Amino acid sequence: MELTGAQILLKCLEKEGVTCMFGFPGGAVIDIYDEIPRSKVEHILVRHEQGAIHAADGYARATGEVGVCLVTSGPGATNTVTGIATAYMDSIPVVILTGQVPTALIGNDAFQEVDIVGITRPCTKHNYLVKDINQLAKTIRQAFYLARTGRPGPVLVDLPKDIMQTKIEFTYPDDEEVKLRSYNPHLQPHVGQVRKVAQLIRKAEKPLIYSGGGVISARAHEEMTWLAHSLRIPVTSTLMGLGAFPGDDELWLGMLGMHGTYAANMAISECDVLLAVGARFDDRVTGKLATFAPHATIVHIDIDPTSIQKNVPVSVPLVADCRSALKALKAELAEATSKTDFVAQRKQWVEQVQNWARTHPLNYKDDGSSIKPQYVVEKLYEITKGDAIICTEVGQNQMWAAQFFKYKRPNTFITSGGLGTMGYGFPAAMGAQKAFPDKLVIDVAGDGSIQMCIQEMTTVVCNKLPVKIVILNNGYLGMVRQWQELFYNKNYCETCMDAQPDFVKLAEAYGAKGFRITEKNDVESTLRTALYETEGPVIVDVRVEREENVYPMVPAGASLTEMLLV
Amino acid sequence: MRHVLSVTVENEPGVLSRVAGLFSGRGFNIESLNVAPTEEPGVSRMTITTHGDDAIVEQIVKQLRKLVTVITVRDYTDVKAVERELVLVKVNAEDSKRAEILRIVDIFRCKVIDVSLDELTVECTGDIGKVEAILDLLTRFGIKEVARTGSIALKRAKQ
Ligand SMILES: Cc1ncc(C[n+]2csc(CCOP(=O)(O)OP(=O)(O)O)c2C)c(N)n1
Repeated sequence: MELTGAQILLKCLEKEGVTCMFGFPGGAVIDIYDEIPRSKVEHILVRHEQGAIHAADGYARATGEVGVCLVTSGPGATNTVTGIATAYMDSIPVVILTGQVPTALIGNDAFQEVDIVGITRPCTKHNYLVKDINQLAKTIRQAFYLARTGRPGPVLVDLPKDIMQTKIEFTYPDDEEVKLRSYNPHLQPHVGQVRKVAQLIRKAEKPLIYSGGGVISARAHEEMTWLAHSLRIPVTSTLMGLGAFPGDDELWLGMLGMHGTYAANMAISECDVLLAVGARFDDRVTGKLATFAPHATIVHIDIDPTSIQKNVPVSVPLVADCRSALKALKAELAEATSKTDFVAQRKQWVEQVQNWARTHPLNYKDDGSSIKPQYVVEKLYEITKGDAIICTEVGQNQMWAAQFFKYKRPNTFITSGGLGTMGYGFPAAMGAQKAFPDKLVIDVAGDGSIQMCIQEMTTVVCNKLPVKIVILNNGYLGMVRQWQELFYNKNYCETCMDAQPDFVKLAEAYGAKGFRITEKNDVESTLRTALYETEGPVIVDVRVEREENVYPMVPAGASLTEMLLV
Repeated sequence: MRHVLSVTVENEPGVLSRVAGLFSGRGFNIESLNVAPTEEPGVSRMTITTHGDDAIVEQIVKQLRKLVTVITVRDYTDVKAVERELVLVKVNAEDSKRAEILRIVDIFRCKVIDVSLDELTVECTGDIGKVEAILDLLTRFGIKEVARTGSIALKRAKQ
């Protein structure tokens, strides 16, 4: 059958199982938009391309599938760059389709021409410029294949306008054609290494699991939970790893690192075997490298060889898909779990970490005179019983959402970890809500961050995506203010943001509902009303204590044991 | 420590900037870089020399392997390999110095490939030691310009 490039593109998207994409049209992509009504792929029209890429990313994080966004050339493409870098840093599978000027004009500084392939080279897993219509279908297949396999990541495909218009006889490329000789994601673990690791954890006296986002992207949470339970190993995780291990489990220590719990950071410093799974020893996690896990033999399971030995010396590397590796470990350890009484063997260690957790729980001072932001997050947990997808913006709101809500399932905590992108949470929530129309999706926001992609209010209203935004409104760029308070003599230069819109009226202006909470007593009831008794999107403006800080805090570059506590 | 990396890549647009960008983006330094097609259609070989401690070079090698358009990466530092570089040197050569320069050229089995009244252009092929040595010797005559290919290398055949 003769098809145009635009038709081929949409056929390929259908074949990849894409049911919806987020986008914004323009001259270079009109041909694609011209075909959308005739395809099975639904298109959500955003109000800014950054919203489209974050939504595609949120969709991907909530489902584990590839998220897709479509934008025009030039400014449309450059507007997605922050979102591409966000997805790249957190290894999220998204495919970004950008329009490009006709091939004959490329390199001419044509109207709305930008070298987006060049611009995004360092922040995509891979990217393509399609210059030959015969390569189009193959390229789209490869893009999805690359995005979702190995260590996932964003893949951009740049589509010149004339290619979208050209007609060819279309045949769908077979698997052989799509193979890349230079790309073989390492999936299966090395048997000898698995044995070594099994040996180590069996014998360890103070083992600890440190899990990261890789456990979630590999869907390895069940295997990890088995390992922790069967061998009585306490678990801590990175921000990206939250949800892979139940937040209400007795072996759960909470997040580690800069704003990690006392128990988690102490456990790191005391453990004798540290099993890092799908995590990358980020500087926000390790603190001062020289004193990180000083007594531990470190085992590192990761699909990406570049993560291993990058920041810390690892005794036993295991390059593999986390799930395959943990499955292999399970098989290797199954016998030991029936023979050894791990409850007895680990009793002392488990008691010790639980004691740390008991004596130094996450807490905050609350004399009832103001609304503490932590209290709001606790209430969110209580009211929802944890049954919600929580997205966050960046800053204090993000840390409190990580600390005071107990995540029980993977893909329910959605946050920009690696890049820390303000403005991410709301459009990401929109994407998650599109994927799960019947689930409660909440964006825990700061008053600064929420204004960075607030224009998507229109998108959620007109697409009936009932995202609930809860602003922990402190009238400051709170996290930066906290650093200024602690390390810059309270010189609050340009972090006071008390000049702000009336968020209730703003919600109403967009056609949504707005609530304001100023009294502690109203927090619970108003949240209930906003979350469960109000249809459609909602903004809840919670006026919280203005100068509350996130604790514990390990100052940048200090050892994990040097925590500032409440 | 100096490392010679031999990298085969898909010969397609952008591959050079992917590799170069990886170095610059991570603050790694490229000392020399040579790219040309190989015996296999569609495959080019890059020979990259770089300096760094083992951990940095290990990271570079892994990062290179991670690039989708990179097919293989070999570090020839601990492998027996033959390494050569081609250098063109334009050197001052007034009459009084000419004979001595020609003697050096002869000893190093180089070739004079261009001559004028007061200049000689010398072609020299060799490993890094030889190349550095002749450049050193020619310096005192006044080197006007140098063009170097950068190292190229292949693994030695098993003996
Ligand atoms: C796009 C972007 N710009 C700047 C920053 C730096 N930054 C990190 S946290 C923060 C403050 C965020 O303020 P707000 O959204 O009000 O959240 P709060 O910390 O008060 O909860 C800033 C400015 C960032 N992370 N992202």
